[in-house]
Amino acid sequence: MHQIRAFILKEFKHVFRDRKTLLLLFGMPVVQIILFGFAITNEIKNSRIIVIDQARNIWSHRLIDKIDANIYFDVTGIKNDPREVVRAFRANTAVAALILSPEFGSPDKLPDRAPYQILTDASDPNAASLITDYLSAIIVSERTSEINTPPPLQIGTDVRMLYNPSLKGAYNFVPGVMALVLLLICVMMTSISIVREKELGTMEVLLVSPFKPVYVIIAKVIPYFVVSVINLVVILLLSVFMLDMPVKGNLLLLLAESALFITTALSLGLLISNITSSQQVAMLISLMGMMLPTILFSGFMFPIENMPWPLQLISNLVPSKWFYIIVRSIMIKGLGLLSIWKETLILLVMTLFFIGLSLKKFSVRLQ
Amino acid sequence: MNTENIIETRDLVKRFGDFTAVDHITFQVRRGEIFGFLGANGAGKSTAMRMLCGLSRPTSGAAVVGGYDVYSEAEKIKSIIGYMSQKFSLYEDLTIAENIEFYGGIYGLKRGEIKKAGSELIHRLGLEKEAGKQVSFLPLGWKQKLAFSVAIMHRPAIIFLDEPTGGVDPITRRQFWEMIYDVAESGTSVFVTTHYMDEAEYCNRVSIMVDGKIAALGSPEELKSDMHARDMDEVFYILARGAKRME
Amino acid sequence: MALRYLLKKEFLQVFRNKAMLPLIFVMPVVQLIILPLAANYEVKNIRIAVVDHDHSTISRRLIDKIPASGYFQLVDLPGSYEVALELLEREEADLILEIPRQFERKLYREGSNGVFLGINAINGVKAGLGGLYINRIIRSFNDEIRQEWTGTPVPLLQEVPQRYWFNPSMNYRFFIVPGILGALITMLGGFLAALNIVREKEAGTIEQINVSPISRLTFILGKLIPFWVLGILVFTLGFGAIAVLIYGIRPVGSILLLYGFVALYMVAVLGLGLLISTYCETQQQAMSIGFFCMMIFMLMSGLFTPVSSMPHWAQWISMASPLTWFIEVIRSIVLKGSGFGDLKFHFMVIFCFGVLLNGWAVLNYKKTA
Repeated sequence: MHQIRAFILKEFKHVFRDRKTLLLLFGMPVVQIILFGFAITNEIKNSRIIVIDQARNIWSHRLIDKIDANIYFDVTGIKNDPREVVRAFRANTAVAALILSPEFGSPDKLPDRAPYQILTDASDPNAASLITDYLSAIIVSERTSEINTPPPLQIGTDVRMLYNPSLKGAYNFVPGVMALVLLLICVMMTSISIVREKELGTMEVLLVSPFKPVYVIIAKVIPYFVVSVINLVVILLLSVFMLDMPVKGNLLLLLAESALFITTALSLGLLISNITSSQQVAMLISLMGMMLPTILFSGFMFPIENMPWPLQLISNLVPSKWFYIIVRSIMIKGLGLLSIWKETLILLVMTLFFIGLSLKKFSVRLQ
Repeated sequence: MNTENIIETRDLVKRFGDFTAVDHITFQVRRGEIFGFLGANGAGKSTAMRMLCGLSRPTSGAAVVGGYDVYSEAEKIKSIIGYMSQKFSLYEDLTIAENIEFYGGIYGLKRGEIKKAGSELIHRLGLEKEAGKQVSFLPLGWKQKLAFSVAIMHRPAIIFLDEPTGGVDPITRRQFWEMIYDVAESGTSVFVTTHYMDEAEYCNRVSIMVDGKIAALGSPEELKSDMHARDMDEVFYILARGAKRME
Repeated sequence: MALRYLLKKEFLQVFRNKAMLPLIFVMPVVQLIILPLAANYEVKNIRIAVVDHDHSTISRRLIDKIPASGYFQLVDLPGSYEVALELLEREEADLILEIPRQFERKLYREGSNGVFLGINAINGVKAGLGGLYINRIIRSFNDEIRQEWTGTPVPLLQEVPQRYWFNPSMNYRFFIVPGILGALITMLGGFLAALNIVREKEAGTIEQINVSPISRLTFILGKLIPFWVLGILVFTLGFGAIAVLIYGIRPVGSILLLYGFVALYMVAVLGLGLLISTYCETQQQAMSIGFFCMMIFMLMSGLFTPVSSMPHWAQWISMASPLTWFIEVIRSIVLKGSGFGDLKFHFMVIFCFGVLLNGWAVLNYKKTA
């Protein structure tokens, strides 16, 4: 037992003496949570729109003001010539255009054809259709409100946003970013830890030591586990106090599940470390190979249920996907273990699988 | 600078923070001699050598190598010296021939010169059959000999060797030193650091560093008679006994 | 020139590395094929649960309209709001519509009424759109009822005609593929290069270079050029093979212009990698910094989420990422046929990045410590 402790202590020293990496290990998640929590949203806001106003009357001016005042839009120019639209799209100075023909006027007497038209740059088709929907909704509601004789029999709607009353993007993204950042950092940290020893040649020393392989692996993982747990706590604190995320469910359960996820991620990194021969390759796999797929398959960026089913299957292999569900369930919906036992079990199985495979590879090389 | 001397240093100092690795060393290396730079690990040998090669900037003091000042003309020094370190000499994933071509090229040899020098080198070492193999396949002793040969290919005025025979068997060591003799005979000055005291006997003159200072300087005969020692091992032991710094 | 020998050595080393070489080419290609298929955004099948306390002909008519619209999937008709809320919690529904008791009667008698909409807003986009569509349905239903009961003619306001340019098939992949390609060559060019140099530092082989008469500029060029070539090769593979052949993306603009930008961008990105390498002693450090930068690039460069939607301070950060500019360039040239005149500013920015990053790196790199 004594020797194990000494070994673990040595691993700790390795990690904590590398100032630069340590700074990154602790600083990164903090910066990332803040950045992404505040900055990322898949809503369409401040879309730049130019208006071709050929009517130039009080109604067109009022409409334009209404649009500009809306948080979704930013009127960047009012022109006369419809050809300006292509130019603006090509130069990326506008993403949508509203054309008001000379017949545009009071809504009490309407011309035969619609005196307006919405053009959008559909390079981003999603944004284009959202913008079109929102813009036409604004136009219709503005025009309706200007009608001098409001019609009888109005059905009103009382809209309440549950879970996320101000529609802040954070609710969707913070759990996602948590799952993403923790996974990638843990994998990255451990993926090169064993390979490094292989490259430097100190691995032989370990192999001839009396330690059982499993202890070597555990000793390597423990310092990073500690670092990750500290990171997790910091991330949670930031999410709750700076980003106004709730913790409706059981905090202890959340911490326990997070510890499990961290272990899963660390063991995946270990596995990578065991099957690669150089740090460069390890980096290629854990950075280049995992970053994009994790972002896309965790489910926070794009809904998994819309993906073609082979990809849905692939997404099941990404640990972040399951953790994302767990975090959302506990933090936002206040659910308990009974609701997330399936996801928890999956993470557990993954962890055991990764560790088991690592052990096998590690022992095999001893021969 | 005295044209007899190829290296001159005066009160050379290198400090890292408040640790003085090299503490006011003054010595000269004569043209064409084999100068041994001895000392225990941590005594400051490698640090001193790195300053002379232009790899590290001295904290204070003066040093002139091959007529060039180490402060202002470090890059010029590099074109007239050869260097071989124990840690690394050749690229393992390149073949012998490719390593030769590379080093010849970066030292400014023309295509024809590289070819000629390269084939001479390979022939002298008897490596004709292995020329197309990657260096990683060579045993350590051969790697070192090869590295040395490549380091002198561009006929430098001085060759710096940092613990070149570490980890190599005695026979190979002797062969290595024969190569050093050959090269010294043709006029190249050799500056070699080592902690093998028997190799000290092979040098024209040696200096022994202890705790960053030069504790002794002279030919092996002079030092042995001065200290009433049987061999260089004993000389070293007498001097290093009082050393405070060990690695 | 010494550079020639440096380049030969680098290329030999890269192409001999049996483990890395396939990864460098295969990984981006595989990701480029699979990942765009995962990106999708059509908000279709918004799941709605309706709690109907009224059970009148009017309420039933309204309810029928909902799945008929094509936007919604009527998941359930729970008896109470609480049950509906549970559905929401179990993520089996996105929206709740509650029709109050006596809805029809009140509408008939008092002339106005209200329904209640509860929207599951973890996903802001679904919430916003869901609300929009429901409102539209209710409004059109409202107009129908009004016409039937009071004879007032149905409006009044025409729907707004809409046209979608540059991507009439509304294929989201056209938007995503260039972005992912840009991200991949950024990772390749920038961070692989950084790691490569730091590797030499770690192994000590860089000393042999430092002690030779090679100038630092030559050394840096010797490291940059191979990765520059590699990056352009991978881009060509990704663009030619994947984008064009598999996804059927036909570039509208000038290929020459596109490659001009790619070449310029690679220089900038390599400069970043180089700069990172001058500050790191170990590969682990380089990897950590690389990871940090890459995360910011990926999430804040407009790859998946629009830059304009971010708060202003975040938009500044996004502009400090060269990838943001590059992605916009690729998308503009490929999808919209933008010309050099349209992208003049982008060119200048990327050029400045290149000069700044590379210059800083060269200044930082010291052959003599």
